[in-house]
Amino acid sequence: MMLEKFILAAITTNPKKVPSGTAVFHCDSKEEMETVAANLEAILDGIAHALTEELFIIVKH
Amino acid sequence: MNEYTLPIVFGIATGTIARLFMLRTDYRQYPTYLHGKIIHVALGFIAAGLGTVAGPAIMEEEFTAITFLTLAASQFREVRNMERNTLTELDGYELVSRGKTYIEGIAIAFESRNYLVIFTSLVSTLSYLIFNIWAGIIAAIVAMLISKKLMSGGKLKDIVEIEYIEPRFEGAGLYVDNIYIMNIGLPERQKEVLRYGMGFILKPKNMNARSTIANLGQRQAVLHDLSTALGVYRDSGTPALVPLAKRDLDDGRVGVFVLPQEREIERAINVIGDVPTLENAIRMPSEKKSNEGGMGK
Repeated sequence: MMLEKFILAAITTNPKKVPSGTAVFHCDSKEEMETVAANLEAILDGIAHALTEELFIIVKH
Repeated sequence: MNEYTLPIVFGIATGTIARLFMLRTDYRQYPTYLHGKIIHVALGFIAAGLGTVAGPAIMEEEFTAITFLTLAASQFREVRNMERNTLTELDGYELVSRGKTYIEGIAIAFESRNYLVIFTSLVSTLSYLIFNIWAGIIAAIVAMLISKKLMSGGKLKDIVEIEYIEPRFEGAGLYVDNIYIMNIGLPERQKEVLRYGMGFILKPKNMNARSTIANLGQRQAVLHDLSTALGVYRDSGTPALVPLAKRDLDDGRVGVFVLPQEREIERAINVIGDVPTLENAIRMPSEKKSNEGGMGK
């Protein structure tokens, strides 16, 4: 089955704001969050979208 | 040698020449050298043969023989299927796909060109038989001119105004003018997008154009042609660098965002202007009677 638009992972610096039901990566700083998001983007073939300053999601399109 | 030999040779020759004349390889790189061309020239030759022998068949009062033209119809429908299947298969491996609407447009063109070949051969052979070779040549030239007229569709520049706009970011949102394209989170990617990205606004000239450029297939055709002509800054596994075309819901303008290898604004505008308006995408709401107040009364 091909999935269209699916959240593959969430990366956050604010543990209170994380969604449930998906893989979450907690980071200490914005820089770390961006590095992790860049790596995950490349690995998962998804796009890193910024929802807020504290929360990135990797979405498969 | 009989009385029909020369007219038949003449008809087949004009038909094949007509097919060669309509077979163009351009920046879209289709059909490709050399085998793709041979297939279409060979099919054009067959079409010319079918069109040519219809003339002598009428002269000999073999009217039932004309029914073999139905054979041509099914034969060339196959051409359309063949083109559609080939292009659909290949489309999966394009960095920026053609899209189904474009493929269907190309497939239809290949089918209809064979019918134009039949038409050219038929009228030139008939003119040769009824009058003389000079009449045949004139008929062939007229038929080729008609074919040229019939096969050239509209261009996008006829229905839209094209304007270059530098893409920009508002937070993580990428915009071309006021049209939202997509959300790109990583600052590193954003820099890449701003460095290589180009934005264009297609402003429809009338209501019909508005519906036509709203068609997703038409928009994909623009992206494909642009990416073919100017190259594309992209690889597999980089969905963030995908060219996109989004629509302004208020006034029907379309914002085109591309990442070409060569950033030449003038050339890009010319390429967009030369994108064919796909016949499957053309909409004409103004032709609907109720819009003119005719049916509503």
